[in-house]
This record gives sequence, C-alpha cells and structure tokens, in this order.
Amino acid sequence: MAEVSLKNVSKAFGKTQAVSDISMTIEDGAFVVLLGPTGVGKTTTLRLISGLEKLDAGSIHIGGRDVGIETPAQRDVAMVFQQYSLYPHMSVRDNLAFPLRSPILKTPEDVIAQKVQKIAEVLQIPHKLDNKATELSGGEMQRVSIGRALVRDPAIYLMDEPLSSLDAKLRADLRVELKRIHADLGSTLLYVTHDQIEAMTMATHIGVLEEGRLVQYGTPKDIYENPSSIYVASRLGLPRINILPSTLFPGSHKGPSIGLRPENIRQGDGIAATVLRSEHLGDQTRLHLEVEGHAITTLTDPHQDYAAHETIKISPQNPLYFDASGARVV
Amino acid sequence: MAQIVIKNLKKQFGDFTAVRESSFTIEDGEFFMLLGPSGCGKTTTLRMIAGLELPTSGEIYLDGEEIAQRAPSQRDIAFVFQMFALYPHMNVYNNLAYPLKSQGMPRAQIRAKIDEVAGILGITDILKKPVGGLSGGDRQRVALGRAIVREPKAFMMDEPLGALDAEFREHMAEELRALHDRMGATTVYVTHDQLEAMQMGDKIVVMNNAVVEQFGTPQEIYDKPATMFVADFIGSPSMNFLKFHGKVSPGESEIAMHANSFAVPQSREPFEGDMAFGVRPEHIQLRDEAPFRAEVLASEYLGTSQIVTLNTAAGEVKARIGAQQVAKTGETVGLAFNPGTVTLFDRQSGRALKSELNEGVLHG
Repeated sequence: MAEVSLKNVSKAFGKTQAVSDISMTIEDGAFVVLLGPTGVGKTTTLRLISGLEKLDAGSIHIGGRDVGIETPAQRDVAMVFQQYSLYPHMSVRDNLAFPLRSPILKTPEDVIAQKVQKIAEVLQIPHKLDNKATELSGGEMQRVSIGRALVRDPAIYLMDEPLSSLDAKLRADLRVELKRIHADLGSTLLYVTHDQIEAMTMATHIGVLEEGRLVQYGTPKDIYENPSSIYVASRLGLPRINILPSTLFPGSHKGPSIGLRPENIRQGDGIAATVLRSEHLGDQTRLHLEVEGHAITTLTDPHQDYAAHETIKISPQNPLYFDASGARVV
Repeated sequence: MAQIVIKNLKKQFGDFTAVRESSFTIEDGEFFMLLGPSGCGKTTTLRMIAGLELPTSGEIYLDGEEIAQRAPSQRDIAFVFQMFALYPHMNVYNNLAYPLKSQGMPRAQIRAKIDEVAGILGITDILKKPVGGLSGGDRQRVALGRAIVREPKAFMMDEPLGALDAEFREHMAEELRALHDRMGATTVYVTHDQLEAMQMGDKIVVMNNAVVEQFGTPQEIYDKPATMFVADFIGSPSMNFLKFHGKVSPGESEIAMHANSFAVPQSREPFEGDMAFGVRPEHIQLRDEAPFRAEVLASEYLGTSQIVTLNTAAGEVKARIGAQQVAKTGETVGLAFNPGTVTLFDRQSGRALKSELNEGVLHG
C-alpha cells in the first residue's frame, strides 16, 4: 500500500481536454471516490494513474516514486473495470489465481491457494470456486473480477464503476462489503463513479470533477455541508438541493442565489408556497412546492398529508449562498 | 377516462401459469402501478388489459363493459412501449399525426389536435424537426404525444423509463406524473423499481410469482405490508426481519424475543412458531441503556441520515439514524424499536399476523 499523488496532471484527446491540471494526494489507506457525470474525466484520470494512458503534462508519484515512464505492470496497481473481463474457459479458482501466477509476482502455489480461499470467502463465493466463469450470474462474475484485483497486494486498487452493472440489492450489499474489505485490508483505493450514494457511503474522501478539473476534494460530510459551488452542491443529496433567487425570501442576503437542501426548509411561517404534489416514499414524504413560478422540493413527515393547491408557509434554514457565477459566498 | 375492473384474471402459457387469479380495481383517473420482480406476471397483466394477450379465464371491465376477449383496436386503450419507438424517417409532426390519419381524421382537425397536445408536452418548437436528431427527453415526449393524440380511455405503460440513467429518469418521472395530473387519464404503469412505484403511483399492486401479494396506496403498503415479500421488496434498505421462535395471543401488545420483551401493536390473531419481527430501518434507535444488544458492523453516511449495519442475536439489522449521531464500528450498543410500527410475520408462509396496525388493510 502506498500514497499516490498527482501534480498538475493534464490529458487531451484531440481537441477535447479530458483532464486539466488535476493535483491531489491519495493518502496511504484512503478510499477516494472521484465523482462526476459521464464524460467529466473520471475514467481518464484512473487510466493515467494505471499507465493505460500517457500524460500530456504533470507528474504522478506512487509511494514517492515518479511513475511517468513506467509500464502499467511496473506501477504495481490493480484495476477493476466496469465490464467484468474473466477468462471464460477457466474455473473461478483459476481466474482468481491468474494474477498471482504472473511471471513478475511468482507466488508459490500454497500461498495462492490460501489467498484465493480467503478472497472467495470475503466475496461470498467459496462454493463457486470450481465453477467455470461462464456458469456464474452477472453479480457473481463481477465479484470474481473484483476478487481478481483483491488477491493482489498492489500499491493501489483502481476501480472504474465496478458496481454499475449490478442490480440494486446486490449493489447495496457490495457497497458495504467493499467498505469492509477496505477497512480489513487497510488498502489504498481510488474508485470512480457517477453514483452519489456510492460516493457518500464508501469514501473517506470525495473528489468532485467538473469538465476535467478537480473542483473540490474533502470528506463526504465536508462536501455535503460545505460545497464550494452550485455544481458541487447539486452532486450530493437526494432530492437535489433547491437553487433559488435570494430575493424570494425577505431579509438581507449574502449572494444572488440561495441553496436550500430539502431538509433545510422549515414549515409553519415565512413565505407562501403552493403544494403541487406529495410523494410518499415510505420513510419520507417529498413535497413539491411552487413559489412565484419556482419549483421547490422539501421533505415532510411520512404521514403528513397536504392536498394539491393548498398553501403553506416556508422559511429557509442554514441557507448556502452563491454568487452570479455559481461560486459559494461564505 | 375510465375505470378498469380486473376479476379473477388468469393466464397460462402451456403448463406455466403467468398470472394466477388476480382481482383489483383501477379507479378513473388513477396512476396505477404494477410492481414486482421480473417474471412475476406484471407485464402479462398489462398486456391482457391492452388486449395484446388473451386471458385464459377471468374478466376485464372497461367502464363497465366486459372487454377481456376483444381485439386491441376495439378497446380504446393506448399502449406506450419503451418510449423510443418512433418512425425515424418522419418528422415530429408526422409521427404525431400518424395515428390520427389512420383513423381518417380530417387534416384541419389533426392540426388542431396536434397543436393542443404539443402545447401540453412543451414540444411546439420541434414539430418540424426530424426525430433522429432529438434528445432523449424530447423523443420520449413525442412518443408519449403519439399516445395522447388519440384520446384513449386509458394508457398502458411498460417500464417506459427503464433504459434511462438515474438522474434523467428522476426528471422524466416527475414530468410524467405532472402530465398525468394535468390530463387526469387513467394510467397503468409497469415497473420493477419500487422507488419509481412509490414516487409516481396513486395505488400499487405488488406481484410475485404470478400472484397479487398486496394492493393499496404507497404509504399503506410501506407501513402495513401483507407479506414478508412485500416488506422486503418495498423500501431501501428494506424492512428488517429479526428471526425468533415465539408465541402471541389476541389482545396482547407485548412479545418475548431472545430473552427480551418488546411492545408491539395489539395482536388480533393467535400464533405460535417461527416468527419474524419486522421493523423498518428508520424505526430503530440506538440507545446505550436498551437491553437488546447489537454490535456495529458498518455505517454509511447519506448526508442527513446514515445507515448503520448491526449484528444482533436475531440476525443482521440495518438502522437509519441521524448523520450527527456517532456509531463506531466494533462498538456494542442497545437497540429500541418504535412499537407502533412493528409487524409480526409467520416465517413459514411469509404472511403478516393481524394486529391493530394492519387489520384494516389485510384481507382474508
């Protein structure tokens, strides 16, 4: 395990600037999630670290060593791709053992057997070890491909949306599992996703990307509570943060736009809002409101019922302010 | 506008029973969800209402008229498939006009109708564009428009948002629901996504293995599940089942489980045997002094709340608690359960035991 640091890393494909001037340090033992929508540069960043893409500018250090000219194999990283890539003619056991049998690692067979067994147990697939890879369900295949990275003891694990092809239940299970594995192994992990739940629940640190740039880096709590811009604020939180003109609410304001998380709208006094509809999700009820043509979403008690077109009073709590460019005003 | 009544509807494909004697009523103007895992019979049910499959037995009433064996064209129901099914060589206007032309509607009337529908859907600006260059959202609006122009009695939709990514799906779900609120047309919607069903539906039918497990409003199904399947399928994380062997008698409002006693809604039926104590994650509190002990295995931060996974004598449990509360992995804590919300199940059959909480909802 090792610290990985990026300094002013950039990469363009033709005219498209995929990654621009990213600097960050992934501390030894951290679980860092890069978050952003499709096409924002997450996967390219991962591929630059692994050596699958060449840097245009900047440098990457793994365990203090500049890896700029090293091949992927020399960098000692283990990568898990979005689409599982297993050897179909091999058993699960041989698929898991394969990386350990590489000529660079030359692991003794008894150590391999031990490691494969341990990882199979962690991933809850020991009974499948002698199955052919093609005889597995999609979820099992993805667990094997994660396992194939985990049997190794690399400087860093790089994971590219490994859970996105799984169904919701299995994804929830594996989220907890991955976090547990990370804690048990004390490994350094860089994980790329567009799923905010994965980012919030697993990460020790989140890096939010916008158009190839790293716009904020911090703990999930930090990013949720102290976003640096409207863009970042909109990445975390479901339902999404309400961005409204400050003038909608009385009083003095620190900026032209106000950001209100759904849970930070108090009902009872304040300005008038029309109820459009309530959505009962079971554990919470979402209330869709309208104030002077602006849509607002807030949360209310699960058993509270408002009729459509009813008027209620709302007031902001702990508002976040943003300037005209979308940057946070503190 | 229409009421749809389903009575003892059954469908067999050879030896395989796809739908087993289902009965429920879809009221006029309702947004009605058929929810369940793949293979549960929900799509077959929808196709029978639309007339794309003929039932083996049973009746379907559309506004009082029995239509179960009629051809789809004689039912006045519009089926919205995966929404991207448009004629690629035609522009938006002609895609919308097509169903009306084939009905033989005069040209001026078609124009007026399309103008009206385009206004409702907010696609007036793109009527002259070829459908090939449209964004995903616009393509969906056009596909929807093609169903709306016919003014059918009811709409059938089969996982129309299934193929979309999470963020866009959320947006389209809201738009679809808002559109329904404006038009008020009876809509039957098939999905396997419980959140989508809860979010959009006025009523939900939960199906599993060709059987209707429960039928009710979203909140009712969430709070008062009729079976362990429903309790598990609805909600994320799903309901916790603490497993134990126990006994309950009518009139009792306490239950002994793993050497502790817990308050529960007053029982309405006797039971003894393998039971499950069903409690939703948000109805579990972590209290230092509570006698029922648990070890914290993991916690997941979610902004306002966190999900804590705990190990107890009755199995693994997930609790949803405030994000500010501290729950350290490895620590031992006490658990308390919100007594009014607990459902007890017969673990063998998966059936909920009757109590003051659910007696109005459970049938049979």
